Amino acid sequence: MPANLFPAPVEIFRFLPEIILALGGTLIMVLEALTGDRQPKNALGHVSLAALFAALVAAVAVHGSPGPAFSSMLLVDGFATFFRVVVIAVGILTVFSSYRYLSREGANTGEYYALVLFSVAGQGVMVTANELIMIFIGLEISSIATYVMAGLLRDDARANESALKYFLLGSFATAFLLYGIAFLYGATGTTNLTAIRETVLRADGPSPLLLGLAAALMLVGFGFKISSAPFQMWAPDVYQGAPTPVTAFMSAGPKAAAFAIFLRVFVTIFEPIGDRWEPIIWVFALASMTIGNFAALTQSNVKRMLAYSSIAHAGYVLVALCARSDIGTAAAMFYLAAYALMNVGAFAVVAYICGKGEKYVGIDDLAGLGSRRPAVAAALTIFLCSLIGVPLTGGFFGKFYIFKAALESKLIWLTVLGLLNSAVAAYYYLRMLVVMYMREPGEATENLEPLPAGLRTALFTSAAGVLLLGIFPSRILEFAVQSAKLFGR
Amino acid sequence: MPEGYLPLFLFLIVAMIFPVVALGFAKLLRPSLPSGAKLEAYECGIKAASNARGRYTVRFYIVAILFVIFDVETIFLFPWAVRNQALGWFGVAEIAVFLLILIVGYVWAYRKGAFEWV
Repeated sequence: MPANLFPAPVEIFRFLPEIILALGGTLIMVLEALTGDRQPKNALGHVSLAALFAALVAAVAVHGSPGPAFSSMLLVDGFATFFRVVVIAVGILTVFSSYRYLSREGANTGEYYALVLFSVAGQGVMVTANELIMIFIGLEISSIATYVMAGLLRDDARANESALKYFLLGSFATAFLLYGIAFLYGATGTTNLTAIRETVLRADGPSPLLLGLAAALMLVGFGFKISSAPFQMWAPDVYQGAPTPVTAFMSAGPKAAAFAIFLRVFVTIFEPIGDRWEPIIWVFALASMTIGNFAALTQSNVKRMLAYSSIAHAGYVLVALCARSDIGTAAAMFYLAAYALMNVGAFAVVAYICGKGEKYVGIDDLAGLGSRRPAVAAALTIFLCSLIGVPLTGGFFGKFYIFKAALESKLIWLTVLGLLNSAVAAYYYLRMLVVMYMREPGEATENLEPLPAGLRTALFTSAAGVLLLGIFPSRILEFAVQSAKLFGR
Repeated sequence: MPEGYLPLFLFLIVAMIFPVVALGFAKLLRPSLPSGAKLEAYECGIKAASNARGRYTVRFYIVAILFVIFDVETIFLFPWAVRNQALGWFGVAEIAVFLLILIVGYVWAYRKGAFEWV
């Protein structure tokens, strides 16, 4: 019996990206502890980059041998690979945009980079998990690391507020999720998603009432994690108070991973009771879009505005979930990839502008960026156009596929209301563009330092990614459609 | 199914009523003569030295966290020790990985000065 317990080499190989990330994080902590303050500048950050790139290569390589691992607790499929690449890419961009910010704030510590790696490892576990307990553990690994990252600047009252709110509400939401998992286990007698699906599809399966209760509780948990209305209250405060690179990270990586498990759980096991949750998701989607966009209209702080915009974007992805079709799942995947890139990029620009102590985070502080730093302004223009959904950017095709999927599923009203929402959203994104190009430089843009190399890499990589998704979307979309078709079967 | 829970439900109601009735009657019947001696520790208890809500150093948190970590480590070692013969080298390898992770944590905590008192 112990011999069977030991996993086959191929199973360990399928878990390789997460192993690399966890070992890398541990290595950074040991290195920092052993060398004290004597390591060369940014060395630990470079170690974390090396680990992330190795994990990225591993994630792509692992795609060559798909299948379950560790008694089917993990499942490597196209869906898992897609999201693994997205969360690791978010980690890489975050590290690139953190160097300058952290040294400016005097917090350039190894722990930060180790926490990024641990969080990404947790997200990797989430997106590959095929088992409710693994989903929960992955979510906790990712969340706890992110809570600490939010409170990284210990002397900053806003960062403390952000970390505490994020921690309390996040834990509260996780409790809901766990309660839902408990009910699901009670109803089906297993925590494996494939086995649960088989039980649910049987004629003498669990009672719809118990399944519905489990789905409702898990919906609350996921709703918090993806900051969808009516569980969005924490997002603006947390995003505003956290250090900007951390905000970039948590608005993209953990959110994409939370959406991944949301999709996996609801599309695989709650599909048979889809008629009952579809109206709820319908309301959630509309409420998220409307509340996010209308609240963003009145914001004067860029980070807060982007926080509301991220609530609205969660609403768009929920439209795709509401469609309950393969093409809807694929559209959600595509949108999340585009969203992660454009959001990290936009926050990276804020991390560049904001100055020591995040003095300049108002929309007015962008004034004159177009004449002072044309390249940065051009990159921000690309991100904002993508967030609006202008053609030739990833955001356009993301929205296009989502609303196409919604129309194919006869969600006509939701499509109409979603498109109207996009028009509202255009106003506040365009206002940033106007301030950036048509106003005289202010205090913030007059004294900008030269663009640091790390930030430059982050900005131009994400801008290139957004354009790539917008000009050649077909290969990524094809991959997403193929993964969605195989999903949960 | 619900009828099986009926005795439990009745028990719950009785359990809720009982303390209310007992304490209520006691309050009606007993004389009320509070005195300082009645608030002191009973017979073998230790005499209170100071207010329980005094302030103490925040380092106790770190000590407590470290204690919990290594306490849990021991809890995991016991079942392995009991089944050592059956698990063989597989068990040794698994527990070695587990201990290695903890030792790394120990080194980190030590180098970060978590064990230095003031």
